Amino acid sequence: MTLASILIQLLNGLAAAASLFLVSAGLSLIFGVTRIVNFAHGSLYMLGLYGAYSLIEFFGRTPLGFWGAVVLAALAVGLVGVLIEVLVLRRIYRAPELFQLLATFAVVLVIKDIALFTWGAEDLVGPRAPGLSMAVEIMGRRIPAYDLLLIAIGPVVLALLWLLLTRTRWGALVRAATQDREMVGALGVDQAKLFTSVFFVGSVLAGLGGALQIPREPANLELDLAIIADAFVVTVVGGLGSIGGAFLAAIIIGVAKAFCIGIGTVTWFGFEISFSKLTLVVEFLIMALVLVVRPYGLLGKPQAAQRAAEPAPRLQVPSWTFALVWLALLALVPLVADRYTTILLTDIVCFALFSVSLHFIMGPAGMVSFGHAAYFGIGAYAAGLLMKRFGLPMEAALLLAPLVAGLFAIVYGWFCVRLSGVYLAMLTLAFAQISWSIVFQWDSMTGGSNGVFGVWPSAWLADKTTYYYLALVLCGAGIVFLWRVLFSPFGYALRAGRDSPLRAEAIGIDLRGFQWAAFVLVGALAGLAGAVYAFSKGSISPSSISIAQSTDGLIMVLLGGVETLTGPVVGAAIFTWLRDVVARNTEFWRAVMGGVILLIVLLFPQGLVGGLKALVARWREQRA
Amino acid sequence: MLTRNRLLAGTAALVALSLVGPAAAQAPIKIGELNSYKVFPAFLEPYKKGIELAVEEVNAAGGVLGRKIEVVSRDDNGNPGDAVRVAEELLSREGAAFLIGTFPSHVGLAVADFAKQRKVLFIAAEPLSDKIVWDQGNAYTFRLRTSTYMQTAMLIPDAVKLKKKRWAIVYPNYEYGQSATAAFKKLLKEKQPDVEFVAEQATPLGKIDAGAVAQALADAKPDAIFSSLFGPDLAKFVREGQTRGLFKGVEVFNLLAGEPEYLDPLKEESPEGWYVTGYPWSELKTPEHTKFLNAYQAKFKDYPRLGSVVGYATVMSAAEAIKKAGSLDQGKLVAAMKGLTLMTPFGMIEYRPIDHQSTMGAYVGQIGVKDGKGYMKNWRFVDGKDALPSDADVQKMRPKN
Repeated sequence: MTLASILIQLLNGLAAAASLFLVSAGLSLIFGVTRIVNFAHGSLYMLGLYGAYSLIEFFGRTPLGFWGAVVLAALAVGLVGVLIEVLVLRRIYRAPELFQLLATFAVVLVIKDIALFTWGAEDLVGPRAPGLSMAVEIMGRRIPAYDLLLIAIGPVVLALLWLLLTRTRWGALVRAATQDREMVGALGVDQAKLFTSVFFVGSVLAGLGGALQIPREPANLELDLAIIADAFVVTVVGGLGSIGGAFLAAIIIGVAKAFCIGIGTVTWFGFEISFSKLTLVVEFLIMALVLVVRPYGLLGKPQAAQRAAEPAPRLQVPSWTFALVWLALLALVPLVADRYTTILLTDIVCFALFSVSLHFIMGPAGMVSFGHAAYFGIGAYAAGLLMKRFGLPMEAALLLAPLVAGLFAIVYGWFCVRLSGVYLAMLTLAFAQISWSIVFQWDSMTGGSNGVFGVWPSAWLADKTTYYYLALVLCGAGIVFLWRVLFSPFGYALRAGRDSPLRAEAIGIDLRGFQWAAFVLVGALAGLAGAVYAFSKGSISPSSISIAQSTDGLIMVLLGGVETLTGPVVGAAIFTWLRDVVARNTEFWRAVMGGVILLIVLLFPQGLVGGLKALVARWREQRA
Repeated sequence: MLTRNRLLAGTAALVALSLVGPAAAQAPIKIGELNSYKVFPAFLEPYKKGIELAVEEVNAAGGVLGRKIEVVSRDDNGNPGDAVRVAEELLSREGAAFLIGTFPSHVGLAVADFAKQRKVLFIAAEPLSDKIVWDQGNAYTFRLRTSTYMQTAMLIPDAVKLKKKRWAIVYPNYEYGQSATAAFKKLLKEKQPDVEFVAEQATPLGKIDAGAVAQALADAKPDAIFSSLFGPDLAKFVREGQTRGLFKGVEVFNLLAGEPEYLDPLKEESPEGWYVTGYPWSELKTPEHTKFLNAYQAKFKDYPRLGSVVGYATVMSAAEAIKKAGSLDQGKLVAAMKGLTLMTPFGMIEYRPIDHQSTMGAYVGQIGVKDGKGYMKNWRFVDGKDALPSDADVQKMRPKN
């Protein structure tokens, strides 16, 4: 790269950082105050683009029309954010931690289908900014004038936010709530109003980030998920709740991407390295690096110790009779139901183990994982590759796969247990994405984006019913084993560590060691689930290791109820079954699916099983 | 009065009725169709309309084997795991005779492998992957659409004619983009050994950093660019490239960019002079296309996209295969598909016995702009059979059984 191209790529990176910063700043504000992991933030960004497009068409392509549309679209998106907060989230603030994530996930599904219904499937290419459609010549290269404007907008918004947060009463309340929201509530501040206003400001920022992209990015239906992961990365790299940190992180990531592209393909010591392919994962590499060195992000502070409002309820281990009755019932299904029911149940059984293993780590062990698909996918790939590339018999591949997943969990876990809270969760996501990108790129070994084919079970297992029994036995054993472990001294130590790390260490528990071991254990069992799944499908693709797969796991656990043991199993069953039924019969199945989840969220804020248990308890009280 | 018992009795009667159902003899032949409807709606909504039109026409002409046909569609969510599950559901619960559909390569390949295992006919509609009929080809899978290799090969003559030496390449970083790039480099190098590939950008699908990519390509000072971008990536690349002057004095070749799905959103910014493959629907005057166009516009009050043609031709292929086989036996269906010829809106096609690839062609031309809209000019039709490698090469790539 010449000096000129370095400078130009720097400007490109800064321009790309502008919108990313706005979206991330909004996310950071919302998270800081409400502790909600807002999946729908990307959808608000997408609505910003669509809204701006429509308003510009309506006002006409004049400077006033353009900028009026941008501002109005941002404000309208702010109102959508307020609606989401008032109608949905406000009702579930008292639910167990992370439950709100389920609600925002449902909102993503609903907004996506509303956008499809309103604006259609075709990409909408917006107009250029009137008066700024030309390019400016810098060192012999042409750079769009609009990009220069974007570069300026970033710091302006940063300054405005800084003023808002440090010079106004509202800002003082937001900062106070970010540090200790119970205390703010105890001092008599109306939390409902504060939360709503924070949601408004955060959503306006997301909408503005989207609307400003209209000259650079066609409005399309993939924008929501395309930006949300990046926005989380920026928020975490910068340090949660730190607007300045988000600004810095957005710039680092924007510029790093631009340089990866600018460097292109280079040859070092005879090896050809394509930096442009690194753009697939560079933000996650940066995040992993930052979190390993600085556990609270670049400018973040250690989170204040949260006062647990209510201790998590006692875990009840399902009795052996209960488990055996269910096992017997499930074993009987193939005798009475059709072939497809058996196949759907095989899926459900695999996902049940996946979801129980995730629950083990995020519930009782207190370490949320956003990247649990890493182990599911690695297990699946290990099974497939051991058979196809290394010529092992299918049975051996199936049994070795969990060990491979466990090996990866040893490495990933070692880094992850050094962190806590959302930082830990995001580091697991970083490792999952790094694994995904390697699988995606390593054509000669993993089959790249296509995956591995012909991963079918041995002849004696080829029959779908036989395979279902195998899945039932292996996954059932895995689930029972995990449940038993929770009531062993090891399990109690983990729970002690979750409820009070300081006391646990004071009585001599090597907490980090225990947590590491827990990581490896669930990694191996998620790997088993993945391996069983792979042989039931006959093929493996990178989707099995993707963010979507990790999200599915979270949804299953939360849907069933994170504070119960059987919840994750029920969640896996309901979610898989729902998707099968809903997707079959309706055109707008995503909106229906989102609607159903929202309904469950509002009716059962403890998850399905938690909610049912509460109902039964209340009924018993009334009778007594 | 409606008592609970009466309600129960009524329900029971209804259930019993629904179980008996209509007499089996008149039941339509079900064809199982699966696709990633929600992941690629821009292509697949018109595709679904094409399917509807074809079903209507087949049934209006009396159906096949004396029965009507019915296409049962499912959404595979763009995920091979889900696709294999719904494929199984279509076969075992819906009683579908065989499978058609799919869009992305990895889903198409997974379903193809499933079809082989399940010994069921599968007509892949849209997946462009070369592997589906070559490296991973199998006895039960056939593919309609003009593949990545074929479309790339169709652009080669124009590329060779221009005698450009320095080429830059940009592609979406997954199977389709990778194999388009590989095929282009190989084919061009054969015809023009002194060609130099001066820059190569692999961009994440749907997330191109268009400004930085355009700049990086411009820095390499290419004489020509080969791109396989489509959708939002293409729109962003076109805009940034035009603002930054990347395309000045540079010839650009772009697979698929002439397809209405991807060309129409560009409107007045459609890049004049680019060499593309696509579908100039408004200019085709062949009787088979005119018939299709009129029927489509009458039914949907909208013009067809390429997806419409693919959906239509897939169902027509399925119907013809059943007719030729004279039965729903998988062995006979597969045998019928081998060498099956039929008329499509793009003319006669044949499913080649050698690799199960159809000879459906594509239109090659240049992009022009008229009345604020992009269109294809100087176009010509290239028959698919003229864009395929030699039989010997095909046999070398395709597994023996």
